[in-house]
Amino acid sequence: MSKQELMIYIRPGKCDYCGCCVGVCPEDAIELMESRIEIIEERCTNCKKCVWACPWDVIEFHRDGVKDLSNKLNALDENQFAKTI
Amino acid sequence: MIKEFYDIIIVGAGPAGTTAARYAAQKGLSVLVLEKDRDVGYPVRCGEAVSHDGLLQFIEPDKKFIASTCRKLRFISPNGNFSTIPIEGKGYVLERRIFDYELAKIATDCGAQVITKAYVYDLLKNENGNASGVKALIKDEKIEIKSKIVIAADGVESRVGKWAGIDTTCRIDDMESCAQVTVSGIEFTEERLDLYFGKSVAPGGYVWIFPKGKNTANIGIGISTIDAKEKSAIKYLNEFMEKHFPNAAILTRIAGGVPCAVTIGTLVKNNVVLVGDAAHQVNPISGGGIITGMIGGMMAGEVVAEAILKNDFKILNEYPKKWEKRLGWRHEIFHKLKDSVGNFDDKFFDNLADSCSKIPEEKQSLGQVFRTALWNQPSILIDLAKVFI
Repeated sequence: MSKQELMIYIRPGKCDYCGCCVGVCPEDAIELMESRIEIIEERCTNCKKCVWACPWDVIEFHRDGVKDLSNKLNALDENQFAKTI
Repeated sequence: MIKEFYDIIIVGAGPAGTTAARYAAQKGLSVLVLEKDRDVGYPVRCGEAVSHDGLLQFIEPDKKFIASTCRKLRFISPNGNFSTIPIEGKGYVLERRIFDYELAKIATDCGAQVITKAYVYDLLKNENGNASGVKALIKDEKIEIKSKIVIAADGVESRVGKWAGIDTTCRIDDMESCAQVTVSGIEFTEERLDLYFGKSVAPGGYVWIFPKGKNTANIGIGISTIDAKEKSAIKYLNEFMEKHFPNAAILTRIAGGVPCAVTIGTLVKNNVVLVGDAAHQVNPISGGGIITGMIGGMMAGEVVAEAILKNDFKILNEYPKKWEKRLGWRHEIFHKLKDSVGNFDDKFFDNLADSCSKIPEEKQSLGQVFRTALWNQPSILIDLAKVFI
């Protein structure tokens, strides 16, 4: 089976680094440091358990994949920011 | 200064890790504790309640790390009915950031070394595949430190056990997803712990209000991940706060996860030993894990020390046996009970609290609440039977 595209996305800067997601991840696919969190793309199977477990609502599931999503979201945020000034 | 070699490296400086360090260092072993955060004891991801008797096994209760002393416990049902019962002995709400410091100080007084901002990212392994130390990132520098044994006290987010080949993943239906605020500016009864139950309030869990001195409290929620896939703990907590304490000043907000599971079946493998949340040494019903984790840490620290001193690693297997005998079997029963409690609907809790409120307060006890529950819902008997079969 070919590797699916990554669909799990952690909103940068929103995470509280509590580790709940790491505890339920069956693939050891999340790297958590004091104030940094990353999905290890090669290991993630998009099982969504981290999305359900997150108490903070910061892990998102994107059916179409998350490639370039951060760029799009950043652009979006900037637009919204631009509107406020 | 970090040495090249230690008898024991402990990953994580929570209560389980520093307690393991204390009991191993007491026997004269060289012990290094590595903590990924810059502070021991902070951020506090905990409701902070413990029992007096539990605490006394390890440390003399001291007002510098005790925020409140509680003698009553109140259960509140979804419609606001409640039942107040006295706590046998008494309970404390801790200041974990000071408490954890104290435990680390005890460990270092016994000879252990503690280093913060030290992130362990892999194990070192020998030719037999056994752990022989850790790879760590300390002050942005990658270093390798060798040891005879690695104790994994790395919490709910534990990965050390996985690297040693132990499946430490918490089942999604056992993970309690938690959120907590510490608030001030509202009125509480300082001597009472409040627990709110009900599917609409906290599906598969409860809301706690643990006072921390006058007009300050930890208000937190734990919900079953599987029962609330579409709605997160923080949303439930925000709703609760809006309804009950809309004017509270929120001093901190914190997220967390509690593995309300049975203890991990393999506590020792390839020279790695699991303790605390990393070993799922948590009371599966209450979610309490401070004292249970310290008990696990003490047992592991003592057994590992003996194994190293006698140079016989078969002795390590005494640790899971000791744990099973003291708490493991009990947690298995609690875990089965948890499933039944999780299935009760709001009406059950309403009726229970209503019936209990008719019992005079001086006659209320946990046993009385239980008898009343039985009266209201005889099917508990069937659930209880399941526990013992």
